[in-house]
Amino acid sequence: MTLSPINRRRIATFRANKRGYWAALVFAVLFMASLFAEFIANDKPFIVMYDGAIHMPVFKAYPETAFGGEFLTEADYRDPVVAGKIHEEGWMLWPLIRYHHATVAWDLPAPAPTGPGASHVLGTDDQARDVAARLIYGFRISVLFGFTLVIFSSIVGVSAGLVQGFYGGWLDLIFQRFIEIWGGLPQLYILIILASVVEPNFWWLLGLLMLFSWTGLVGVVRAETLRARNLDFVRAARALGVSNSKIMFRHVLPNAMVATITFLPFILAGSVTTLTALDFIGFGLPPGSPSLGEMLQQGKNNLQAPWLGLTGFFAIASLLTLLVFAGEAVRDAFDPRKTLA
Amino acid sequence: MAEAKTTAPAQTNPAAEPPVLEVTDLKKHFPVQSGVLRRTIGHVYAVDGVTFSVGRGETLGLVGESGCGKSTVGRTAMRLLEPTAGSIKLSGVDVTHLSKEELRPYRRQMQIIFQDPFSSLNPRMTAGEIVKEPLYIHNIGDNASRQEMTKALFDRVGLRQAQMNNYPHQFSGGQRQRIGIARALALNPHLIVGDEPVSALDVSIQAQVINLMMDLQEEMEVAYLFIAHDLAVVEHISDYVAVMYLGRIVEYADKKTLFRNPLHPYTEALLSAAPIPDPTIRREKKILQGDVPSPVNPPKGCHFNTRCPYAEERCFVEAPILKDKGDGHTVACHLR
Repeated sequence: MTLSPINRRRIATFRANKRGYWAALVFAVLFMASLFAEFIANDKPFIVMYDGAIHMPVFKAYPETAFGGEFLTEADYRDPVVAGKIHEEGWMLWPLIRYHHATVAWDLPAPAPTGPGASHVLGTDDQARDVAARLIYGFRISVLFGFTLVIFSSIVGVSAGLVQGFYGGWLDLIFQRFIEIWGGLPQLYILIILASVVEPNFWWLLGLLMLFSWTGLVGVVRAETLRARNLDFVRAARALGVSNSKIMFRHVLPNAMVATITFLPFILAGSVTTLTALDFIGFGLPPGSPSLGEMLQQGKNNLQAPWLGLTGFFAIASLLTLLVFAGEAVRDAFDPRKTLA
Repeated sequence: MAEAKTTAPAQTNPAAEPPVLEVTDLKKHFPVQSGVLRRTIGHVYAVDGVTFSVGRGETLGLVGESGCGKSTVGRTAMRLLEPTAGSIKLSGVDVTHLSKEELRPYRRQMQIIFQDPFSSLNPRMTAGEIVKEPLYIHNIGDNASRQEMTKALFDRVGLRQAQMNNYPHQFSGGQRQRIGIARALALNPHLIVGDEPVSALDVSIQAQVINLMMDLQEEMEVAYLFIAHDLAVVEHISDYVAVMYLGRIVEYADKKTLFRNPLHPYTEALLSAAPIPDPTIRREKKILQGDVPSPVNPPKGCHFNTRCPYAEERCFVEAPILKDKGDGHTVACHLR
């Protein structure tokens, strides 16, 4: 891949911000790892060698009868009977954590929640599910949700801000008043009301939050556009006969991008926080979903089990810190004075 | 304000070739709005009936105090602002009412250079991209030939080809202005409007840029509408000079006539205010009293009557029209 000189310098500036560079790197590694959560924390082994044939339970559901069991339902590999039968005829390779986020550990020595120990590194929650497994899946869903929300709301927000700032006048005036009224709506109540009408799943929740989150970028982009459209280089472009849409995207938008991109990691952090908050009060993802907010709620309800609250707290705090540090490095990289000095 | 209408001063042989730019009775009034409902409560008469023409390869200097409407004339003539009234002809074609799409081919004939070399170049594009953009917008050549043309333009304005990948802030003010000139030249225009192109530069750099513009004019036969407030610069570059006061042209002549024999009292005062670089010369200075009146509410009659040392009764009643005093030297004054 060949990079233009400017992008090479941007990457160099990005790296020069050591704290941000490492934060981005750590975040990227954690995020990539969480994308493969099924291979890190699962109640199914990767590979089962049984009777000379390779089985991959992560990708395919095998009935118990495939391993010499009695039932036609999917094999429970954690069941000592099934495990014993497999070990008689072959072997199986387990992920690091032998629990899925929804796996209930029946063999706990004490009533759930139980504290950290050899079989559950971070303990179990009040429904006897492994906290470490839930943390990995919860991290993944939070970040994926955040990314999706940021992408969609910035597409809408940037376009709205660009059009408003560029054309100005009545259009701008009406749009601004609309956004003020819209922003004045009590977001949380509307989400709660809507959540009682529909059963919120990932996409519903995304749509509902988008209704309000898109306004976040409008102000920044609009202000940058209002400034840029009166600069001489925009006049020069008009004198050249450049069309409005080309002026917007070639001349105005790139100059509004620094402010916009600087905002993105912070909006991402904000989206993660919003989802956590909704989960915490129980209006977020459907019950049983792994989520950081739900973990915090359990921590609140089980103060005798501090590993729940502490895990949730440290997970969210480090996630947000990483995003903010990475955001600062991204901002530096797009700052022409830093990149080109 | 119809009484301010004047005849176009003929400067080139009109039978042979229409002037590159011919502006007739151009007016630009900006509405002044107030209140929640944005009612129009008045107008800024920025340009109020201006007529002039620029012939091929010639330079018309447009001078006046700040706020007299010079830049508005330039921008309206470029159709960057919509004229309130009047007509604009480019090489004989009336472009006053053409739509954006219809106007695009005529954009090739006229280009503009701005005063501020820092805001006139997009900081996110390389110098090469900036100069290349006109070619790309008007579909001239393919990628390879555009690159060649851009290189040639860089040579022509005295920049190194290696600087094509640099960004505007890596250049000095004078170099940036050269990029602006290269961008304006890319389409081989017949006319370049220079909107105070050297006012923001150091004096030594001003001379370089002015001389570059004059060399380019000789090579490419491009006409300039050169807007400035610095008389020395205008005297150096112009063939003809028009003096503006409060939205109107008060005097027009070829350079020599105007500087040797100014007729309008305002021109007199303007010339006497310009410093002469010789401390031994003592002269009577005609210093104007007061400020330029507001263009929202210009004085009745002659616009200059509030500051004119010779103003008579009729100057407060009747607006003077431009009268030819021989050899195309026109002046708008009742007394001269």
